Amino acid sequence: MTDVLAVAEHRRGDLRDVSFEVITAGRELADGAGGDLHLAVIGGDVDGFAERLNREGVDVIHTVDEGEEFNHDVYAQALTQLYDEVDAGYLLTPNSVNGLDYAPAVANGLDLPIVTDVVELDASGDGLVATREMYGSKVETTNELDADRAVVTIRGAEWPPAEESGDAEVSAFDADIDESAVRSTVTGFEEAGGGDVDISDADVLVSVGRGIEEEENLDLVRDLADALDATLSASRPIVDNDWLPKNRQVGQSGKVVTPDVYIAIGISGAVQHVAGMKGSDTIVAINTDPNAPIFDLADYGIVDDLFDVVPALIEEFE
Amino acid sequence: MKVLVTVKEVAEVEDDFEIEGTEIGSQYLNYDLNEWDDYAVEEGVQISENVDDVEVVAVTIGPERSEETIRMALAKGADRAVRVWDEALEDIDLLDVGAKVRLLEAVVEEEDPDLVLSGVQAGDDAFGATGVALADAIGFEWAAVVNHLDLDVDEGVAHVHRELEGGVDEVTDVETPAVLTIQTGINEPRYASLRGIRQAQSKEIAPKDLSDLGLSAEDVESELRLTDMYEPETESDATYFEGSPEEEAGQLADMLREKGVAE
Repeated sequence: MTDVLAVAEHRRGDLRDVSFEVITAGRELADGAGGDLHLAVIGGDVDGFAERLNREGVDVIHTVDEGEEFNHDVYAQALTQLYDEVDAGYLLTPNSVNGLDYAPAVANGLDLPIVTDVVELDASGDGLVATREMYGSKVETTNELDADRAVVTIRGAEWPPAEESGDAEVSAFDADIDESAVRSTVTGFEEAGGGDVDISDADVLVSVGRGIEEEENLDLVRDLADALDATLSASRPIVDNDWLPKNRQVGQSGKVVTPDVYIAIGISGAVQHVAGMKGSDTIVAINTDPNAPIFDLADYGIVDDLFDVVPALIEEFE
Repeated sequence: MKVLVTVKEVAEVEDDFEIEGTEIGSQYLNYDLNEWDDYAVEEGVQISENVDDVEVVAVTIGPERSEETIRMALAKGADRAVRVWDEALEDIDLLDVGAKVRLLEAVVEEEDPDLVLSGVQAGDDAFGATGVALADAIGFEWAAVVNHLDLDVDEGVAHVHRELEGGVDEVTDVETPAVLTIQTGINEPRYASLRGIRQAQSKEIAPKDLSDLGLSAEDVESELRLTDMYEPETESDATYFEGSPEEEAGQLADMLREKGVAE
């Protein structure tokens, strides 16, 4: 029998969606391992969070009233102590920017193996079987661990959020935080990008990715956006290259968009990009690689060279 | 001061490939410097250009073939390199985070850096955990997913931005010595100049095996075993437009007109 300790995530006063996904994944893991699901929420309005996190499947919610916002030193210390206190086996966290800022440290401190960005989990046999992707989602792999102790980070949006309310016990955990070991201080937040266009308001987005190859070629998609009276957006590499400003970036670290039509040009569909555009009503993908993950989401696809298709498309509307 | 930059040669997979056991056939792989590490190298080199008396040392875990990749880091301005490899690593399908940390920890002990820069993740196995785990192992402070760095050497503080989800940066002060995992976009990695490439030929790449680092084969035993690799089943139910590019564009244009996107 192995218990699972899952960790909720919040930012600027709000619980993040992945907090409810981690409950579903945690329950699944705990069922397989035959144990209880403990949930930790650290910092901020822990009592208010605990109320909202009290969903079916959670056995105990541990509130750790330390600080307002995320601080990895506090999280690492609190979770290390809580893991021991509840005698957990698996520590389950979101594979978020913050999850990846404390989970590896906790794993190292507790001398546990860590497996990150997991998309499927099975603990019903001897140990853990975790499915993850490699090579930019081109392959999936199965990874086995002959142990019932590990840190696991789960990819967002792979598990449905827990929705039914539950009757978990709520318990305050008094972590013993060594302040001298808190050597980082969060001083604020900044909205990235700025600029005059809010791509999340657009009805039609023409979005461009690495396949455009050169900055000069952006004019081609600009012309298409003009012809369609659409807004131009981009995947991360275009913004990293400073070819377009940050406020045009669609994705996990950019904007989440939900246009009526999303035309993805030369975008392979990395998971971080998909996180930002999968809610689009109609998705069109133009890419030379028939195996590009973007086609898994697309409603309409063209497997061809964008440098041939896009000029022809512009001509259609001129 | 000394900046240690962890770099990795990663394999990029061609569009069409075949899986052999738990590996992709080597004929379908092209090797290159990990994209995230390229930004970490650039950040290290920029620090050496802006601060007096900085040595930038690149460290990699990889077979002899990876010297080609690490020379790119040297050509871009790293002063010297350390390459860790051992026969005991040859047959391991998946070097897990713990094993990588034990190897890098031993290098840190030898090099005694003031700052460690590491790419957020590697483009091949995409664990994204080694930098933070290493920081914990060596007792350094850390920050993950850094997209802006302002290093105050005198005060011993790295003022960083961490790129959170949803277009928000967290602004954080981190005490040094620290491990920072570097996100793409933090800078513009330079191309290696011809002069740099020539100079890189004479820079040192010190090979280290397990015994050099005071480690044994047991120290790099991965707890995680890669047991299967397969192409994900396509979930596509897309309607594909087919024909010449003009025909494809015509069909797409019809669809867009039907949806009222354009006339």
